[in-house]
Amino acid sequence: MSAITRDEVAHLARLSRLALADEELDHFAAQLDQIVGAVARVAEVAADDIPPSSHALPLTNVFRPDEVRRSLTPEQALSGAPAVEDDRFRVPRILGEEA
Amino acid sequence: MTELLRKTAAELGELIAGREVSAAEVAQAHLDRIAEVEPKVNAFLHVNAETVLAQARAVDERIARGERLGPLAGVPVAHKDVFTTKDMPTTAGSKILEGWIPPYDATVTSRLREAGLVILGKTNLDEFAMGSSTENSAYGPTHNPWDLSRIPGGSSGGASAAVAAYEAPLSTGTDTGGSIRQPAAVTGIVGMKPTYGGSSRYGVIAFASSLDTPGPFARNVLDAALLHEAFSGHDVMDSTSIHAEVPAVVEAARQADIAGLRVGVVKEFGGEGYQPGVLARFREAVDLLESLGAKVVEVSCPSFAYALPAYYLIAPSECSSNLARFDAMRYGLRVGDDGTRSAEEVMALTRAAGFGPEVKRRIMLGTYALSSGYYDAYYGQAQKVRTLISRDFDAAFHQVDVLVSPTTPTTAFPIGERADDPMAMYLADLCTIPTNLAGNAAISVPCGLADEDGLPVGLQIMAPVLGDDRCYRVGAAVERALEDRWGGPLLAKAPAL
Repeated sequence: MSAITRDEVAHLARLSRLALADEELDHFAAQLDQIVGAVARVAEVAADDIPPSSHALPLTNVFRPDEVRRSLTPEQALSGAPAVEDDRFRVPRILGEEA
Repeated sequence: MTELLRKTAAELGELIAGREVSAAEVAQAHLDRIAEVEPKVNAFLHVNAETVLAQARAVDERIARGERLGPLAGVPVAHKDVFTTKDMPTTAGSKILEGWIPPYDATVTSRLREAGLVILGKTNLDEFAMGSSTENSAYGPTHNPWDLSRIPGGSSGGASAAVAAYEAPLSTGTDTGGSIRQPAAVTGIVGMKPTYGGSSRYGVIAFASSLDTPGPFARNVLDAALLHEAFSGHDVMDSTSIHAEVPAVVEAARQADIAGLRVGVVKEFGGEGYQPGVLARFREAVDLLESLGAKVVEVSCPSFAYALPAYYLIAPSECSSNLARFDAMRYGLRVGDDGTRSAEEVMALTRAAGFGPEVKRRIMLGTYALSSGYYDAYYGQAQKVRTLISRDFDAAFHQVDVLVSPTTPTTAFPIGERADDPMAMYLADLCTIPTNLAGNAAISVPCGLADEDGLPVGLQIMAPVLGDDRCYRVGAAVERALEDRWGGPLLAKAPAL
């Protein structure tokens, strides 16, 4: 049985904001199915009472003094922007026409 | 090849400090070598001779004024193209960042500059450091200097190839699942993954934040230790940076004394899937450790068998979140913004055009592992396995001071062989991944050539968290004994380019 279907991959691509072509979906569906099948082996480990680790080291929140310091200028911050207008990032429309 | 290229980084640093040779001459010798061999190797994505020589002349001036600089002042270094550099493009091997010049330096970059190292350029890598062969770079593969038809390892394959091809005496890398140790092993050089948090991630383009660790490459253990020391240590800009002294790695590399050291051989590494020539060199290295006075025992780490699947859930999960920043809005590529499309459509078109297949696979795999309904079975379970792997290391380090294994199951494979078989590619990191999950330190040092193909084999030495100095102590002892046996470094056996 497939661990992951082509429709699921299409859904994942939408969630991931990847406009994939149909051939790509077919190709990735087969590969992701194989990968998911392999990584699902983690289920074999009896770990009900084991706490999860999100991180290798036991670090808790790290704070620094809240001091004002020099940061990027607007010019530097915008230096790599695909489009700029009036010292701001210019972006395509975010809301629909009727909004 | 000029004699200057054969010098170690430590020797170059002394010659430059003593003004027997200028940093500019050393830089020029390496630029000439780069011009000569790059058409074959393709280790670099960016080299600007003027910028290089300007840095070198600035170091020469500081030395002439009597400034006291570090031991690597004036020594060239090749910098992995995943560290931001404000005077050079930074692409992470991706089309989505083509031509991007970051507005700030990574902490590792600024520390290299402060120590007076001369940055030769930016090295090739698997896109966003995802891969084990450097074939996933959007800018073409890097070739292994031992055999140009083979991979140089990855993701830091440009970094390993540059050092193995004498284009640079030192290079930087990042290790998320083996991306320093595996390339070092397959090119016959030294590569170190420091303790997680021992080197700063600030300005390292993120792949998997709980695993990413910057570290050094060099042609010998002492040089690696010198570079390790130059860029490591606490950084207020990285919230997961460890607030501790950098372990005494340079001293350990100079001492190289392992009498009485307890060495554990990890039982779970070996057998099916391992190349006989790799296992043969590994067993000889273990015998060598014993002959140098170490006590060798076998150690079992049963959860290591699940490290690979756990890693391929955790790393893609973190990557799917980290790579959400490439949204076509603030920097990098933007595709399809013709006035008719919404931001979301432009984002999806840009990401489809800008990311390569492996990055897309991992983003989708991570999105899957994190989605509701699957989270507990995949990501949650992988995090529990991660705990068990740390416990295996803890138990092992109660019995022994270091653990050893082959660095990789096989030598360098041919370019193209695993390019469209992700699972086969992932096996390259079988022995290196547990250390990333547990956050401890590990090094790869050359331990010979496999009989089948005459290609380099790496010995991995793993130490506890903040036990980085042990990796260098053992690595240097092995190096010294093997170089006596070989009559020089392993790299001297590599064919001329």
